[in-house]
Amino acid sequence: MSEDLAALAERARVIRRHIVRMITRAGSGHPGGSLSAADIVTTLYFHELRLDPRRPDWPERDRFILSKGHAAPVLYAALAERGFFPVEELDTLRQLGSRLQGHPDLRKLPGVEMSTGSLGQGLAVGNGMALAARLDGRDSRVYVLLGDGEVEEGMVWEAAMASSHYRLDNLVAMLDHNRLQIDGPVAEVMSPEPLAEKWRAFGWHVLPIDGHDFSQIVAALTRARSLKGRPTMIVCETVKGKGVSFMENQVEWHGTAPKEEELARALEELEGKSDVYAG
Amino acid sequence: MSMPAKIATREAYGRALARLGEENLDIVVLDADLSKSTKTEIFAKQFPDRFFDMGVAEQNMMGTAAGLALSGKIPFVSSFAVFATGRAFEQTRNSIAYPALNVKIAASHAGISVGEDGASHQSVEDIALMRVLPHMTVIVPADARETEQAVRAAAGIQGPVYLRLGRLSIPVLYGEDYVFRPGRANILREGPDVTIAATGLMVWEALQAADRLQAEGIKPTVLNISTIKPLDAETLAAAAARTHAVVTAEEHSVIGGLGSAVAEVLAERCPVPMRRVGLADTFGESGRPDELLRKYGLTAEHIVSAVREVMARR
Repeated sequence: MSEDLAALAERARVIRRHIVRMITRAGSGHPGGSLSAADIVTTLYFHELRLDPRRPDWPERDRFILSKGHAAPVLYAALAERGFFPVEELDTLRQLGSRLQGHPDLRKLPGVEMSTGSLGQGLAVGNGMALAARLDGRDSRVYVLLGDGEVEEGMVWEAAMASSHYRLDNLVAMLDHNRLQIDGPVAEVMSPEPLAEKWRAFGWHVLPIDGHDFSQIVAALTRARSLKGRPTMIVCETVKGKGVSFMENQVEWHGTAPKEEELARALEELEGKSDVYAG
Repeated sequence: MSMPAKIATREAYGRALARLGEENLDIVVLDADLSKSTKTEIFAKQFPDRFFDMGVAEQNMMGTAAGLALSGKIPFVSSFAVFATGRAFEQTRNSIAYPALNVKIAASHAGISVGEDGASHQSVEDIALMRVLPHMTVIVPADARETEQAVRAAAGIQGPVYLRLGRLSIPVLYGEDYVFRPGRANILREGPDVTIAATGLMVWEALQAADRLQAEGIKPTVLNISTIKPLDAETLAAAAARTHAVVTAEEHSVIGGLGSAVAEVLAERCPVPMRRVGLADTFGESGRPDELLRKYGLTAEHIVSAVREVMARR
């Protein structure tokens, strides 16, 4: 699937509506980091990834790992919109018996490539998938989305070293650089900066972009396909809570569910010209 | 019994893995800069394309193995037991055990028989760490022959497996006709007086202890509990019911290992007087393996005195 830029923007708007609504229904969850990643994840699922929702285990598919697993709502919204399961199921988020666990569970929900939630582990798994694709001679590509608080985990750098050592040019990491983590600004809690320089020093191609500009996201993903011999890191500058004015850049919205009244205001802001997807 | 040949289980692992690699092209092997010690170098030399040295970075190694498993490979991941189970515990928990991925953690240098390297390298807690994880199978082979078969069996089990291996050369106690069955205790002796349930290199010590006891007219049942999880509760409970006294023997802390696993089962199914031979909530130290096994109470003699004590409490 390869939607044009206008369609991507429209799709991301719908995905944001799903995010705020399902977290409100659940009464808990992580809106801030789901909204900051919405444009990145939308572009992956509706422009970049080679997938077949009718065959979630198709060996030739591309893989996406949401390493920042607490942003599960953005993944679930994208998977539902892409046809992996009914959109109505989004309202079961975090409920007993639901396939939509608080953090993604690959054994429960089709389309989830890796169970994540414990930060720092997704890139290593991406390494394994990229090595396997090479061993099997498949041209599958592997995409891993990391948070900027997440890269404080030492394991991320073990993995970054290995992706570069094994020259995994079928692997793309994307950094949701929204500059906030639970305890406050990343710069104050434990600064991992300078991030672009660190990834470069670890042997990666680094592409810095605006993570809310679809033309830049598409261009970077396209460019990453042509970069050989090394893995590519796309550093996406984003805004935590993007799309809902009262959540933007507010650390309080890292892990707080909106109340019904706040949901109504958020949905009002996320209203589109045509509300065909709004559900 | 005359002294049989001695082979380290890590050595048997390395050879068996290379043979398995010939037959099964899905087998891939990862090591964290210890391939000469864990013996995965045998596989590495034969199948360089399917061997990945991940450097001194065990956490990424576990995650990489998870990714390979998700793509249909059967990764065997090796390091020393301390690092394979401890350093990367939470990676194993969340990225391997929780999603029930087909990763085989084959760790060498378990226990104090590591010797001179000392306590930092002597794992006395790995069985506890691995058996507490849902989905995980835990296998501790008693000799080289059982190791060969356990490697093959591990590859055939769908899901994560922990294989505990040792550095020290130990007697090969099984003959060529031995058949390892995962999840089943192997009954080495049958006697009515006491049950000795042992694992790993302590199985040989248990047999030596049994010889001494038999000379005194005490007839023990000796079980090799090579699969610690899932534990063969039937065989254990039946042996306890028949003998009314149980001694466990392991080269591991008495907390959380075989002794704990057996106590859990017997407390619920057939409570009988019990003694656990193992490390008494302590780390090891540097020394020759035989010196350490003696100092920390892991010999046939210690099993014999535990048997006397437990029989007196019947």
